[in-house]
Amino acid sequence: MSATLSYIKKDSPIHRLTGSTKFIFFLIWSVAAMITYDTRVLVTMFLMGVIFFVMSGLKWKDIRFAVLFMTWLIVINLVALYAFAPEQGVGIYGTRHEIVHLFWRYSIVAEEFFYLFNFMMKYLAVIPVALLFILATNPSEFAASLNKIGVSYKVGYSVAIALRYIPDVQRDFHEISQAQQARGIDLSKKDKLTDRLKNSAAILFPLVLSSLQRIEVISNAMELRGFGKNKKRTWIVERPFKKCDYVAILVAVLMLAVSAGFMVINGGRYFNPFV
Amino acid sequence: MREPIISFKDYTYHYRAQAEPTIYHINLEIFKGERIIIVGPSGCGKSTLAHCLNGLNPFSYPGESTGTLTICGVDAAKSSIFELSQSVGTVLQDTDGQFIGMTVLEDIAFSMENDCVHKEEMIRRTYEEAGKVSLVEKLEAAPHELSGGQKQRVSMAGVMINKVPVLLFDEPLANLDPAAGRDAIELIDHLQKDGEKTVIIIEHRLEDAMHMGADRIILMENGRVISDSAPEELFLSDRLIKAGIREPLYLTALKYAGIHLTGEMHVERMQDLMLEENHKEQIRKWFAERKAKEPAKEKPEVLRVDGICFGYTPEKENLTDISFSVREGEMVSIVGKNGAGKSTMAKLLCGFEKPDKGNLYYEGEDMSGDTIKERAAHIGYVMQNPNQMISKPMIFEEVAMSLTLQKLPEEEIKQRVYDTLKICGLYEFRNWPVSALSYGQKKRVTIASILVANPKILILDEPTAGQDFRHYTEIMEFLRELNEKGITVLMITHDMHLMLEYTERSLVFADGRKIADTTPQALFSDPELLKRASLKETSLYELAKQCDLPPESYIRAFIEYDREVRA
Amino acid sequence: MEKKSKFTIKSIVAIGIGAALFFVLGRFVAIPTPVPNTTANIQYGILSVFGIIFGPVVSMLAGFIGHTLIDLSWGSPWWSWIIASAVYGLLIGLAKKAIDIENGKFGVREIVIFNVVQIVAHGICWVGVATALDIIIYDETLSKLVAQSLTAWGMNALTTAIVGTLLLFAYAKTRTKAGSLQKED
Repeated sequence: MSATLSYIKKDSPIHRLTGSTKFIFFLIWSVAAMITYDTRVLVTMFLMGVIFFVMSGLKWKDIRFAVLFMTWLIVINLVALYAFAPEQGVGIYGTRHEIVHLFWRYSIVAEEFFYLFNFMMKYLAVIPVALLFILATNPSEFAASLNKIGVSYKVGYSVAIALRYIPDVQRDFHEISQAQQARGIDLSKKDKLTDRLKNSAAILFPLVLSSLQRIEVISNAMELRGFGKNKKRTWIVERPFKKCDYVAILVAVLMLAVSAGFMVINGGRYFNPFV
Repeated sequence: MREPIISFKDYTYHYRAQAEPTIYHINLEIFKGERIIIVGPSGCGKSTLAHCLNGLNPFSYPGESTGTLTICGVDAAKSSIFELSQSVGTVLQDTDGQFIGMTVLEDIAFSMENDCVHKEEMIRRTYEEAGKVSLVEKLEAAPHELSGGQKQRVSMAGVMINKVPVLLFDEPLANLDPAAGRDAIELIDHLQKDGEKTVIIIEHRLEDAMHMGADRIILMENGRVISDSAPEELFLSDRLIKAGIREPLYLTALKYAGIHLTGEMHVERMQDLMLEENHKEQIRKWFAERKAKEPAKEKPEVLRVDGICFGYTPEKENLTDISFSVREGEMVSIVGKNGAGKSTMAKLLCGFEKPDKGNLYYEGEDMSGDTIKERAAHIGYVMQNPNQMISKPMIFEEVAMSLTLQKLPEEEIKQRVYDTLKICGLYEFRNWPVSALSYGQKKRVTIASILVANPKILILDEPTAGQDFRHYTEIMEFLRELNEKGITVLMITHDMHLMLEYTERSLVFADGRKIADTTPQALFSDPELLKRASLKETSLYELAKQCDLPPESYIRAFIEYDREVRA
Repeated sequence: MEKKSKFTIKSIVAIGIGAALFFVLGRFVAIPTPVPNTTANIQYGILSVFGIIFGPVVSMLAGFIGHTLIDLSWGSPWWSWIIASAVYGLLIGLAKKAIDIENGKFGVREIVIFNVVQIVAHGICWVGVATALDIIIYDETLSKLVAQSLTAWGMNALTTAIVGTLLLFAYAKTRTKAGSLQKED
């Protein structure tokens, strides 16, 4: 459970930014990383992300598990990419600098490893900012932030409800599955996969029914307290934008502009050091 | 003349999905500042009546109404749920479902947010309301950090922030332990007096709700109002008993002693009751004629818990040094506040969690190493809500599930399931879908699905929570029958009646420790212990004291006599 | 008009609770499969049930929000797969029109419709949408993506076929009325 990332309350320049700012920043930053494959841009984004992270006062132990997990995922992806197409980089950069031939169709080719490095950087450019968004944004502000950037407050509230009731659903699931285990349901054993899936339905069915009941109660409660009455709604947790909020968004927009600008300069997504 | 704030005139409500109307020809007037309690057996239409008041009927659950319903001068049929919510504030039974905000602050402000109130004003008013329900310290807290009573107070504040003239409570006591329930009723009392609110409470636990007093009690049955009078008049009549509602215990006790109840005695609340010397004499005489039953012979020990310590996380111990033993054929209640460690104890017994220290013995053998499945062969666990346990649509499949998973031969499964269904009185429904059963019958299905594995011990979590007197009696009498067949029964409960009427022994938990192991009668005669267990005194205790009788023996005599009368 | 507003609030709540279920099942429940490092995603079974009960908008947003929350709780969102989950929710929700689950109808015809739609929908999402987005965003190799997406298609379709069908079947049974039932001796 400790592996699940969630909000850590602190007082730092990052924490003081409004939820909306962090959300907008995160989205723009993601787009900037998504469109480019330029090494220089990606490395800059990663380093800036690390600096932001240090500013937030969060500790290595807060993210250790997540970082290890993400590293694992990236490594699997890199291995798979190389295994399936060892010459992908050659196709992209148009040259081939073989360093050492390994076996069969696998060689260490500079272009391929440069491509794999860029692939990795594409994730690394976003991870620090994503972690900050998760760890330094009060979930209470999520819904209000979504609403602020133009998402309908009703959809925003769906997110709030999801966050509010995750612990309840988790507790339900835990209790139901314990009681069903006592009746002989076992999901981990080396039963046949199809049997295991069938058995899981015996746990999920009570969970679905109690969730439908819960939906009924919550929607009544919301309606009785006037949800959906007006076209707009206010948020008690919403904070007004300050100077630093505008500065943060400006930084993100500039990054996006740089990312897009280099695409024009490069005449494509890639920075090619081989020509 | 006073104008009624709520007025039903020949009002009938018919849900679109139902063949018949649910409430018929209701004529009822409620005036500003009144306190009304609505009682009635399950399915009598009291929830439908409440839904008509707050607009869920017809705006959420469509249906047709005839007659008129006027609320604060507005014709409810032509209004909207939003308009009605400005007049009638509803506090629902399910405190988790009603707690929508991420924190107390957000939840209290929820309806103001929907009204687009400015942030500064919201914060000011939220602090003000939180103060009224003493929650200012908890404004930052998330729902799971709060007790049931606190969550309910958040709901009250969230509703009152609209300055509604009418407060409607749907079974406010159902999810609270007795001490928290009394606090809730006292708070409602205070809020009502302070704000001149009209208060309508729907509740099974009449005696507990009457703690604050009421101007009128409305009794409903089969969709009709069958009694609408001051509490005194109702209590002097036999209408409650006829409708299958439990009357306050002290009244039953007085009647058993042969005392004729009159208006001069102020029967509406225990604290107002005026007993003449000759009444007390009658009670003492009745008590003197009762003989204590022979204590049953001690059976062999079936379960022993020895020095158990356990914590979900290393930082906090949830159970500390728990030891007790249970003998075969006993019926034991496990009581204490929420979070005292009762459910954790049950989980350890079932093997859902492993103790950090200590041992568990079943029939003298250490079962600490047994898996959940192995334990289940001896100890069955029944969850509070049958809907959380039932995992197959058909009754037969549901009861057969644990056997099917063991891949037993089909013939054997069929035989064992039929035998179990017969014991549980469900045989004639064996080919029905579970959804066609009543709540009480579903409860039986869940018990049957556990019994089919032949456990010797049953652990039940709150077997009767939220049930009316008839269902309560049905479920408990069934458990007693099982118990008489030799099954040992452990029950986690807040229900004082259940403890007194059906168990011989209570294990009391507080803050992760077992603080008492005693008879329920002794427990209810010990105010200090009751307080630590988050229970409250019964009116029988008070009555015994007024008559200078030993409370413990008096309560025992009453319960035994009552059992004979009811059987 | 009142009815419409009720639909919206209930849908909003259903999206939230659906996303919470998707999250809890996807994040904490691992059912091992024969394929190494792959677990069965039973959350798609639940998402399908929500689609058939509440319709495409609810299941699309529940899938989107639920999947985003799962990824965020690990550390970083994988947008291509998140969007694929949302598209799956949308497509399976379209089958609501053909299946009258609220009146307890879930016979052979409905089971076939449900499974054809879910298999096609999973195919579109994992082989189509997720692969296309991975190529657009990450310029990944097609052959790697094909292996990956075919596995996902197979596993998710199998999981949905078993879990989703069983759940809908059981749910439909709860919608039958007691009127036709008779006690037997």
